Amino acid sequence: MAPVANPKSFCLDIKKSGEAPKLMDFMKGTTTLGFVFQGGIIIAVDSRASMGSYIGSQTVKKVIEINDFLLGTIAGGAADCSFWERHLNRLCRMHELREKERISVAAASKLLANIFWQYRGQGLSCGTMVAGWDKKGPSLYMVDDQGDRHKGNVFSVGSGSTFAYGVLDTGYRFDLTVDEAVELGRRSIYHATHRDGASGGVARVYHVHEKGWTKVIAGEDVNKLHYMYAAEKNLKGDE
Amino acid sequence: MQAPVEQRWSPYADNGGTCMGVAGEDFVVVAADTRLSQGYSIHTRNCSKVTQLTDKCVIASCGMKSDAITLHKHLKARMVMYEHQHRRQPSVTAIAQMLSTTLYYKRFFPYYTFNVLCGVDDEGKGAVYNYDAIGNMERVPYTTSGSGSALVMSVLDAQIAKSNQTIATPSLDKAGIVELCKDVLSSVGERDIHTGDYAEIFLIDAAGISKTEFDLKLD
Repeated sequence: MAPVANPKSFCLDIKKSGEAPKLMDFMKGTTTLGFVFQGGIIIAVDSRASMGSYIGSQTVKKVIEINDFLLGTIAGGAADCSFWERHLNRLCRMHELREKERISVAAASKLLANIFWQYRGQGLSCGTMVAGWDKKGPSLYMVDDQGDRHKGNVFSVGSGSTFAYGVLDTGYRFDLTVDEAVELGRRSIYHATHRDGASGGVARVYHVHEKGWTKVIAGEDVNKLHYMYAAEKNLKGDE
Repeated sequence: MQAPVEQRWSPYADNGGTCMGVAGEDFVVVAADTRLSQGYSIHTRNCSKVTQLTDKCVIASCGMKSDAITLHKHLKARMVMYEHQHRRQPSVTAIAQMLSTTLYYKRFFPYYTFNVLCGVDDEGKGAVYNYDAIGNMERVPYTTSGSGSALVMSVLDAQIAKSNQTIATPSLDKAGIVELCKDVLSSVGERDIHTGDYAEIFLIDAAGISKTEFDLKLD
């Protein structure tokens, strides 16, 4: 801990004071979404990470493959999410070795939520979704840096989430086919990247099903998607 | 009476400088300047930002020099421990992950370093890893860090990734990339006050690590 009067708020204080430029601009990632439907779970993410107003990377992998049947997403602090989700991987593996059976999604998400609860108030920034298929079927949990944990069918997390929700809620039905669901995820990410400056890069879509997860779309340039969707409406795309 | 103004002590200082790494098919080029500054003063013109960790891997750090020294010392100690345990040197990918966790362990009092880890991986391909201050790690084809990084990045995006170029140009070979890095560092020296004096260029390939130096402007 920092040798100052208020170590808990050290990072925030340094950022506010401007004494160490760019230091406290950690890589932050944005729009992610997930929804449960008849064929399992669709997870869709963008790939931009910003450090302050500088685009740190356009090729970030915001879906963390915790293990063969569990996926976690990154929104908020990239280092925070990737570190703790890797840690979650170790905890899940230890659970498997001790209990001789796979960990449930509920338990895995609870482990993560409890970690965030412990660090509550210290400035971790994470909005993650834990998705998987276990004995109870497909489950999607939203876990955030305050230690909140919610089970649900439709979530979008990040600065572009409001834009993604609009498109997602309009097109969502439980009985979507897999192709329709993948398309819905991709389209929602595209719209979020179009309107949110902190989202962009490529759209990635994963499908969680009974046998684990599949990377359906490894990465499609959202710029290309823009002109594709415009052409579907017989527009050029520069309106 | 004048209102009291709080005088805060900051544990951080920004010592400036720029570094970059570019990965090729089977090689890596690392370039970094050697100026150490604080505010408008120059501490020294001849201070290397780069440390060699193994026969195939180097790390370059910009930001605060004291944190960089400590971090590099810590990493070198871990190299020795790894060799004692495993009877071989760690791979670039292993070092990259270790650096990420090392940085994150100081999540609440970060190392003020912006690191670029470069080397040749076990498959013989060039590897460059980019980090933020708390250890977010990403393997990339090229990256920069430091005070001049914003100036460098756009040039590398245009010349190496050829993003958004309307005129096609042939891709660069090893010598071409080395020359590009030299030119880019010279240009950054013109526009960033913290970058200049001398530069070190490291070329890592199957033959090992070779270092050359060249002059930047002293102003």
